[in-house]
Amino acid sequence: MEIPKSFLGYKRENGRAGTRNHVIILPVDDISNACAEAVANNIKGTIALPHSYGRLQFGADLELHFRTMIGTGCNPNVAAVIVIGIEPKWTKKIVDGIAKTGKPVEGFHIERTGDIGTTMNASKKAQEFVMWASEKQREECPLSDLWISVKCGESDTTSGLAANPTVGNLMDKLEPLGVHLCFGETSELTGAEQVCATRGATKEASEKFMKTWSSYNDFILKEATDDLSESQPTAGNIAGGLTTIEEKAFGNFQKIGNCKFIDVLEPAEEPTKGKGLYFMDTSSAAAECVTLQAAAGFNIHLFPTGQGNIVGNPIEPVVKLTANPLTVKGMGEHIDCDVSKILSREMNLSEAGDELIKTTLRVANGRLTCAEALGHKEFVMTKLYRSA
Amino acid sequence: MATDIIIHDKKDNVGVVVIEKITPKQDCACWIMEDDSSTNIQSVDEIPLGHKIAMVDLKEGDTILKYGHDIGKVVKSIKKGEHVHVHNVKTKKW
Repeated sequence: MEIPKSFLGYKRENGRAGTRNHVIILPVDDISNACAEAVANNIKGTIALPHSYGRLQFGADLELHFRTMIGTGCNPNVAAVIVIGIEPKWTKKIVDGIAKTGKPVEGFHIERTGDIGTTMNASKKAQEFVMWASEKQREECPLSDLWISVKCGESDTTSGLAANPTVGNLMDKLEPLGVHLCFGETSELTGAEQVCATRGATKEASEKFMKTWSSYNDFILKEATDDLSESQPTAGNIAGGLTTIEEKAFGNFQKIGNCKFIDVLEPAEEPTKGKGLYFMDTSSAAAECVTLQAAAGFNIHLFPTGQGNIVGNPIEPVVKLTANPLTVKGMGEHIDCDVSKILSREMNLSEAGDELIKTTLRVANGRLTCAEALGHKEFVMTKLYRSA
Repeated sequence: MATDIIIHDKKDNVGVVVIEKITPKQDCACWIMEDDSSTNIQSVDEIPLGHKIAMVDLKEGDTILKYGHDIGKVVKSIKKGEHVHVHNVKTKKW
């Protein structure tokens, strides 16, 4: 198949391109959710991103909070941002971070004004932003403007046999065309970590990966009260035939094809070494991982599933694929790309990779994903430890 | 010919059922992805889609190989053709 050289995206002020054109109402903290949701309810075409944290966090955990908030606002799938927090200082810090992209952003704090006054003030600005954004047109953008993140979920053995290698085939075909790629799931590489480390493009990348994996593994060993057989693999994984974390890890690892990763990113860290594949240190929980990848600037997500994970994200479209024919049959409304014919050998991996490229480009051009049509907007902050 | 079981790597001692289920004493056609070769096995147990079958006899302490790599240890001996899963295999990690 000849791969198209471009897609239709929204060009942003900083040179990036979006596959979506969202105006978001971003609460800085948990207690500002109500106000953010009230604004989104008032002004049609905006979306609120409620979450559970943002108070009394400190150290690396607070840094991650800011990085995730600012990164979410900076994502090129976002046209403009309203930030609402309880206090002015942290609200302004997030506004200033997003403003560096050149996109419209304005902050509101609730103290001294209250929810009702803040909702009114923020709604007026949100209306202005959404009407401005509604005039933006999709334009031809080079394929290299795609930043593709990947994460698998509710995996079973069909994931490792077919759906994940299909993503790997797409990576092998798109990496030479200059796209950015990202995989994560540090804990779910356990058992395959040594093999994964050999896929670092440089000695530094390999060493950084092993350090990151060891640190996560030490944390799991420290906190574990059992062999994690209730969590990893999950009950869904086990029902689907996955027996151990090692087996899950080698399946997971198929998603990167033959690519090598050029750097290891902190959670929600924007890649800065140019085109190519990056590994990001993330949890293996679907919504946490996708939220971090979206905050790092990735503008379209590929999500292979076995038993049928249904996750979505408010700003980054999540494209689902599966090779499990029972999942296609039972919950087809969640599946954007069916590659189950690989198992019956009526489709080979390269044909499946081509199908996934076509689906990815249709979604990049504006086709809604199943998760978008079904209203999945899971925005889940990663919290590193208890607040002070 | 229809494939009942797919094996990732020729070193593997387990295969994955890729039809809705295999029944006891079924003669199964296996395809080895790595070198596009074929083999056969007769099942002992009923095994559902996505679950693993032992391609050889395995004893306690043996290593399960899939993708050509170590994916865990045998904790209860397994006969060729039997179902391989959490009841007879455990992780070596955690």
